[in-house]
Amino acid sequence: MNVLKGTLLLASAFLLAVLIVKPIGVSTQFVILDGIVVDALYPEYVTESAESKLGYKSENAYLNKSGGKYAKAISNPINYSFIFVLAMMAGAYISSKTRQTDTEKDKRIPNVWREKYGNCSAKRYIAAFVAGILVLYGARLAGGCTSGHMMSGMMQTALSGYVFAAGVFIVSIPLAILSFKKKGQ
Amino acid sequence: MEILLAILLGGFFGFALDRIGANNPNNIINMLRLTDLRLMRIILGAIGISSIVMFSALWIGIMDVGNLSIKEAYTGVFVGGILLGVGFAISGYCPGTGLTAFAVGRKDALFFVLGGFLGAGLYMLSFEGLKEGYSFLFDKISGGKVSLGHIEGSGYEAVFSGLNGHVIGIVLGLVFILLAWKLPKKLR
Repeated sequence: MNVLKGTLLLASAFLLAVLIVKPIGVSTQFVILDGIVVDALYPEYVTESAESKLGYKSENAYLNKSGGKYAKAISNPINYSFIFVLAMMAGAYISSKTRQTDTEKDKRIPNVWREKYGNCSAKRYIAAFVAGILVLYGARLAGGCTSGHMMSGMMQTALSGYVFAAGVFIVSIPLAILSFKKKGQ
Repeated sequence: MEILLAILLGGFFGFALDRIGANNPNNIINMLRLTDLRLMRIILGAIGISSIVMFSALWIGIMDVGNLSIKEAYTGVFVGGILLGVGFAISGYCPGTGLTAFAVGRKDALFFVLGGFLGAGLYMLSFEGLKEGYSFLFDKISGGKVSLGHIEGSGYEAVFSGLNGHVIGIVLGLVFILLAWKLPKKLR
């Protein structure tokens, strides 16, 4: 897809969301699913409570934040933000079925990684797992991720979006350059 | 109704992410390595267009100002950005594209997503301790929930309260578009 078409497509997705409902955000839903799983195992983890502003509380301080907003979403998984993320996965799947597919080899280990670190899947999977820990821990500490802070934040001229983008790119650009440096470069 | 909107808007966003190549970690890593700036140009341009259209819609009053959702700026936003940046550079995934890449069948993305659930869980467990032991992480920057210019009726404070927030939004939008337009295909 060319740059202009891609730009218009992505901009329409941001715009429709903010014009109709609210800005896009994803990383909170990792917490919500964690909460759903823990609550399924220990039903007393998140409970209804008349004392909490939104009617739900948890023994976990983070889930109690903002009047029990997360606790409420965990007790009511069929809510806008959670379904949005599930639908996002479905939309990506539909797109991938109607375009030229990536090779099985690349889907296991991306080429840019393979050229530098070789064919060992375990190595890539461990790196991706550790990266996942850092990315979501960081996103929750920051209170948002690439979609919430960077895209939605910067389009609203939120100071937080710029602070976040500065943190992300100050490390990710030099680190990617060093980590994927090709021989002779 | 809200759920139907979630399905349509979420589905469209996921479709768009896949079509622009954001689900492919090669594209993300090459963008960060500055060897292929296509995706960077698309993202900058999309932020720019959205900003201009959104602030125009707000200005002429056809968008509900209540839809704005400005997050708080605090030290942890920067520190968290750094942590995210490390994982982003290594994996080529962010939280959203990790999930959508998994959905399109990328196997390494499954491991990223599993790590993500662990990372989010660890944050959940460490939140109270961080607040007590490292409270500086939660120190607000310039008032916290602030926009750059003053957005009439939004209820948010502004960094530059004398400046019209709609104009700032439109001008910055133009700057993003100009950047997207002028950036070369690659810098290295």
